Amino acid sequence: MPPPDAPAEPQYDAAALMPRRHDMHPRPYDPDYKTSVTRAPRLPLLSMQATPTEETGPRFGHDRIGPLDNDLIRNHAQGDALAIGERIRVFGRVIDETGRAVPHTLVEIWQANAGGRYRHIKDTYFAPLDPNFGGCGRTLTDETGHYEFMTIRPGAYPWPNRANDWRPMHIHFSIFGHAFGQRLISQMYFQGDPLIDLCPIAATIKDRGQLDRLVAPLDMQNARGMDYLAYRFDIVLRGRRQTMFENRPEGL
Amino acid sequence: MLHQSDRLIETPSQTAGPYVHIGCIPSFAGLKDVYPEDLGRSPIEPGARGTRITITGSVYDGTGWAMRDAMIESWQADAEGRFAGQSGADPLVSGFCRFAADKDSGEFILRTIKPGAVAGRDGMVFAPHIALWIVARGINIGLSTRIYFEDEDNSADPLLARIEQRPRVQTLMATATGAGTYRFDIRLQGEGETVFLDL
Repeated sequence: MPPPDAPAEPQYDAAALMPRRHDMHPRPYDPDYKTSVTRAPRLPLLSMQATPTEETGPRFGHDRIGPLDNDLIRNHAQGDALAIGERIRVFGRVIDETGRAVPHTLVEIWQANAGGRYRHIKDTYFAPLDPNFGGCGRTLTDETGHYEFMTIRPGAYPWPNRANDWRPMHIHFSIFGHAFGQRLISQMYFQGDPLIDLCPIAATIKDRGQLDRLVAPLDMQNARGMDYLAYRFDIVLRGRRQTMFENRPEGL
Repeated sequence: MLHQSDRLIETPSQTAGPYVHIGCIPSFAGLKDVYPEDLGRSPIEPGARGTRITITGSVYDGTGWAMRDAMIESWQADAEGRFAGQSGADPLVSGFCRFAADKDSGEFILRTIKPGAVAGRDGMVFAPHIALWIVARGINIGLSTRIYFEDEDNSADPLLARIEQRPRVQTLMATATGAGTYRFDIRLQGEGETVFLDL
């Protein structure tokens, strides 16, 4: 499964990043998500064309990634035990707004266990910890931008916001891309979960079509009988402008 | 009907939530046995060229409270203004660091080298700076800003020049507190609100 080695010397691509479309993202200030009220800037962002600082970014090599890093069922297992929960494969492709694959980029995930409890010093929900589940994973996309994780379906859980708010089942995703200006953190939801429509965090995205892109469909073609279900989650990062007279290959 | 563009739309952001550390800085969450070490522990390795600096600060919410759950990433050039991956860049400078506000005090610390000025398009030159990306519960899309240094010549920096209300430039300045030590506070909202960037 390990993809071929990444190019030793990543090349700096000078094509400018496309501007971010903030109307396609969640609204920073949303009173129904109470914590955002004191944490959203009130003044406008300073907009200008991206500079080399945003157009370059960290690269991570395969030497950093362990063989079980993308297997959350086994990467915190004590001995031969496995994590408790409904076994799922989560997979997809990272591309940019121009449709080009984003190869060799780091994808990190974190999630609650099957009971809806996080392994974090700050999580005090009374659902029990699973000794065999840590809740984090990471991988690099392959040559064509594909990634995959094996994990368990996370549980829904209540959280302090309004009197009785619950988070739908979700997996947090962190994606780097090839430029610091492409950096993105988001969440994947599961097709058919009725809590999505009740969640004030999901509802910070005002464009329903955009929110639907975070809802991964069940993919029985990529599930495995007597073993696991599969959910597909494709990710689109900011693109780079096509520049004329560019004498190097695009997409590096 | 207008020509249909084949341009896709970026996947929407969602808040990193209170447990971002599990995925990004697992040892902070108390999770120490999945990876050998956290990614981005330091932006430099021993022997990196340049002046060692330490930047301390806090991220304040709109009530003036120093947030205990913010996670920050930094990205910077080496001492000559080259980014990792560019030709001639210092191989001992990854330029990338991850750090969290302390769970008790809310203070963060970044130990790095002072970056050099960075050449941009069309002859633009940016004064030495470190890009920051801030995520936390209640932040629905990561916030970008930059640390500049009050003891550098920032007079010709193209980004700082774009700030209309000149007193706000000060919100991007690390202030020297001693030899090689700086203070840089981030205010998400209200009086002294940091200039956040859309680049």
